[in-house]
Amino acid sequence: MSIPRTKFWRDKFCGRERNLPFLFACAALVACAGAVVALRAQDKNPFAGDPRAAKVGESQFRANCAFCHGLGARGGGRGPDLTRAQKRHGNSDADLFRTINEGVPGTAMPPNGATQQGVGMTEEEIWQVISYIRSVQAKAPAQIVGNVAHGKELFYGSAACSTCHMIQGKGGRLGPDLSTTGSARSTDYLVESVRNPSRRLAQGISEAMKEFSQEYETVTAVTADRTKYVGVVLNEDHFTVQMMDTREQLHLFEKNKLRSLEKSRESLMPAYDQKTLSDKDLQDVIAYLLAVGGQ
Amino acid sequence: MKRQTILCTIKSRFLASLGMRNLIASALVVSTMGTGGAPLIKAQVTGQRLLDSAKEPQNWLMYSGDYAGRRFSALDQIKTSNAAMLVPKWVYQTMAGGKFETTPLVVDGILYGTGQDNRAFALDARSGRPIWQYQRALAADIRPCCGRVNRGLAILGDKVFLGTLDAHVIALDAKTGSVVWDVTAVDYRQGYSITLAPLAIKNLVLIGVSGGEYGIRGFIDAYDAGTGERKWRFYTVPGPGEPGHETWEGESWKIGGAPAWITGTYDPATNTTFWTTGNPSPSNRGEGRAGDNLYSNSLLALEPETGKLKWYFQFSKHDEHDYDATQVPVLVDQGERHLIVQANRNGFFYVIDRNNGKLLFANAFAKVTWSDSKDASGAPIARKDASPTLEGNRVCPGAAGATNWMSPTYDPQTQLFYVTAREQCDVFSTAPQAYEAGHAYYGSAYFPNDDAEPFTGALRAIDPNTGKMKWEWKHPSPTWSGVLSTAGGLIFTGDAEGNFIALEAASGRALWHFQCGASVYSSPMSFAIDGKQYVAVAAGSALFSFALP
Repeated sequence: MSIPRTKFWRDKFCGRERNLPFLFACAALVACAGAVVALRAQDKNPFAGDPRAAKVGESQFRANCAFCHGLGARGGGRGPDLTRAQKRHGNSDADLFRTINEGVPGTAMPPNGATQQGVGMTEEEIWQVISYIRSVQAKAPAQIVGNVAHGKELFYGSAACSTCHMIQGKGGRLGPDLSTTGSARSTDYLVESVRNPSRRLAQGISEAMKEFSQEYETVTAVTADRTKYVGVVLNEDHFTVQMMDTREQLHLFEKNKLRSLEKSRESLMPAYDQKTLSDKDLQDVIAYLLAVGGQ
Repeated sequence: MKRQTILCTIKSRFLASLGMRNLIASALVVSTMGTGGAPLIKAQVTGQRLLDSAKEPQNWLMYSGDYAGRRFSALDQIKTSNAAMLVPKWVYQTMAGGKFETTPLVVDGILYGTGQDNRAFALDARSGRPIWQYQRALAADIRPCCGRVNRGLAILGDKVFLGTLDAHVIALDAKTGSVVWDVTAVDYRQGYSITLAPLAIKNLVLIGVSGGEYGIRGFIDAYDAGTGERKWRFYTVPGPGEPGHETWEGESWKIGGAPAWITGTYDPATNTTFWTTGNPSPSNRGEGRAGDNLYSNSLLALEPETGKLKWYFQFSKHDEHDYDATQVPVLVDQGERHLIVQANRNGFFYVIDRNNGKLLFANAFAKVTWSDSKDASGAPIARKDASPTLEGNRVCPGAAGATNWMSPTYDPQTQLFYVTAREQCDVFSTAPQAYEAGHAYYGSAYFPNDDAEPFTGALRAIDPNTGKMKWEWKHPSPTWSGVLSTAGGLIFTGDAEGNFIALEAASGRALWHFQCGASVYSSPMSFAIDGKQYVAVAAGSALFSFALP
């Protein structure tokens, strides 16, 4: 990380000039850049254990992070619960700094300063946010409550989750892949998703620069020849819709060529009540999701 | 000789191709091109040319197209009957990340734009090929609140003017991009930045600052276009002894915010320039700044030579929801009525008498829950229970507003006002926060409402006489695209899904669209060269131009 950055500065500002005073300036600049790099590459939080930093960090967290991670860092509809001891993208201070500063490719976690919400944070402020997260997180990884093996049996068996959901390459395609959901969502969110899946629809594709992710809306499309397709919206704009039907076939439609197009926020996923899935069995399924997600 | 030949070609093609409606305007352009002999390319954009921008519809001389802020193009080659045939002509890539918010200028065949991280460029507007490119070396610790963005340039004389993320005002040579002068408006370390396109009036360059998220004290500046010397500064938060100072509790005025981060407008008839201001700081916590907090969230009528305040109108008093009034204040003339029209971030559409700042009426144009009553003047009043709370309080519009900085347009042909509306409610939370210079200062958090209501948006056509909606074009999700109207009976806008769209101005019927590949965070414009009309818009990292085949 640090070497290319320094080299970039040196090339950019010192590449062509050869006069002596400029070279001195360059040397100074490179030294300064080196100091910055040293701070960046620092792997320990300079404010570790400082309650005042945690307090300031809480303000930063509310302005920059709460939009997705919720007040108190307990997770929201979009962002994982950060009060867990185990963080999916690394637990060390350096890992957290990198995650906040650079974002997580392939997820909705953006690089620092690149969002609509909140401002870009300075390095000091990022460390303060880390102080805050440390102050609210559990001291030790939570013991998974529930029977992971039984949860897996249910997932692929009688609960029929795998009809629509995939974990680590095995299962259905109609619903979201759940391989990492256990670490990316709070337990409350997982329970709600099973008991009342229509309350908050799962989020699908996030496009670069687009503010809001596509949700797993239910769609019914009737083509000009009166063929009816029911499924989920993979993506949509004003003029087109990309969907997967319940037989896992992709359909790419221009809306004005369809006979009708109806969307619903009633999820295609059935709500699992106590009769279908007891609290005990739900706990086991979530235990399986957490166990897989933690891998 | 070569130049003359080209220009003659331009002239004849231009006249031949433009519709009847613009023949008179085009003839005027030609008559100013030269006296007696062969016409010359006009190197200088004089103050008079800016005043007379309607006479040269082939050019786009300022951010909103004209001093009235109408974002209306009098070009009518592209019209309802042929808009379906529009095709891309060229694409210019900045290759920079982040939001690309520029509205380019076009003067005599050259396009001047800005990009992310304070890039600026001049292109051959016919081919999209760059003539010069500039990028400012920015410090690592600049404080842009909401992306490393810039919305455009102003032009006057032989210079273009750029406000920078480190709060400098810079004049670049229009032919080379060389820095002619560079002045520090203010120390960026205090939380200031500049993102707007400046406004040139007479020999002055007017500019305002961003920083409402950092507890700055906002201001509007005027600089001598030739030298960069600052001629005046109007603080948008009055100091001790000044009228309005009493609307701030204790020392709160020193960090009161009220940034001016969208380009103003100008009425030559009364020699008044109109500017709008943003939220008081901290944006989501009213405790500690009791009072109306003038002139936050206000419309200011200023004398351009001196910065003297003629009158003001405050849209959201003692705001706790980040309802910046930084939407272009559009001047609308309807018979004897001289109006300022603004669809405000707080969800109300305001029509104001621009001679005195008196409110004529205010109507909601989007879902509003922060206000359920109006005072004697007709101005919306905040509900007591709409304030943010520690646990969070759901209020509409949300923090991004019912609209935002994206430009609206006023079409003098349909006499309708078109604005991008965002339907998004948020849960507003507040918590105490100590001010520290140069650090983000919100006193708050906000997050999406938790009730499964999808966020949507729409382009709405509003009659300024009644405030009533004539039609709307629904967006699948809220967009940050502005709106352009043209004399061809068209409205152009973009969406978050990446489409750039032409609609019939009278009805809202879609006539054409093009998928740009990334959300549109900019306001479109139109120009002509070689007698060919173009429409341009920034999306993703690219500036697109479209024309008939």
